[in-house]
Amino acid sequence: MSDAFSGDFEGLLRRALTPVDPPDDLAARMESTLAELTELAQGELEGWELTSMRDPRNWVRPVVAAAVGTTAGAALVVLRVRQQHRRRAAKATDPIDLAQRTLRAVADETRRIVDR
Amino acid sequence: MEKAELDAAFSELYRAHLRDVYSYAYYRVGNHHDAEDLTEQTFLQAYRHFERAVAESDGRPLRPWLIRIAHNLAANLYRDRSRKPQTTIDDSDMLPTIHTTEDLVEGRDELARILEGVKELPDDRREALIMRFALGMDNREIARALGRTDGATKVLLHRAIKQLEEIVATHQAG
Repeated sequence: MSDAFSGDFEGLLRRALTPVDPPDDLAARMESTLAELTELAQGELEGWELTSMRDPRNWVRPVVAAAVGTTAGAALVVLRVRQQHRRRAAKATDPIDLAQRTLRAVADETRRIVDR
Repeated sequence: MEKAELDAAFSELYRAHLRDVYSYAYYRVGNHHDAEDLTEQTFLQAYRHFERAVAESDGRPLRPWLIRIAHNLAANLYRDRSRKPQTTIDDSDMLPTIHTTEDLVEGRDELARILEGVKELPDDRREALIMRFALGMDNREIARALGRTDGATKVLLHRAIKQLEEIVATHQAG
């Protein structure tokens, strides 16, 4: 095929492979997961020099707000999942296990809200 | 770098590339459910190894590193399932949600043929095209994500486009 056609073809390819926006509930789940990780980090940091690292959770909310915004439903999911944090943390074997437990909890809460 | 700084830097990375990772995952696995799982797992892995990645990046962008994580996780997903996804790229579901009305009116068939052709490419060529056209990555970034040289990546992209053109032309003729 000719080079001229290649130029057109690449334009079509660019249109065909349009970037895909992530669903809102994915961002809510990510927020919770990252919040769990930073909360854990905060716990680990107790007793250290806390002046500059007192609020490691602060970075999570602006991220989600900037990325996708937070619906009332998503906020409710986050709230409920956070309420259960201590129970999950007690059961988790390590930070990644805790994060995965959080992902499952968010999915469950999301389903409950959607199904209502 | 202190923990708070790392978290802040990771937040920047997440904010800047959530859409990139999701787009890559979606075109790689072909459905939203697996794409969401892959995206979550990618950022979890990234968080876990972020400090080392920052130290080793020497100031270079971390997007290729993120996409490489997604690439490896997707490969594991396929290996675990021992099969390709039942629907690699579901045209009928995807086109209405990610393309504009104008696209649909003017070129739905053309775009669908191209997406169909992308499905038929070998994995490495398909991935290179996704990185170039869905994520807008340049040759150097793609090379880093795929663990190839810049030259090899340029050749890979060239051959991927040529092969896709031929696939599409064959389908059109048929």
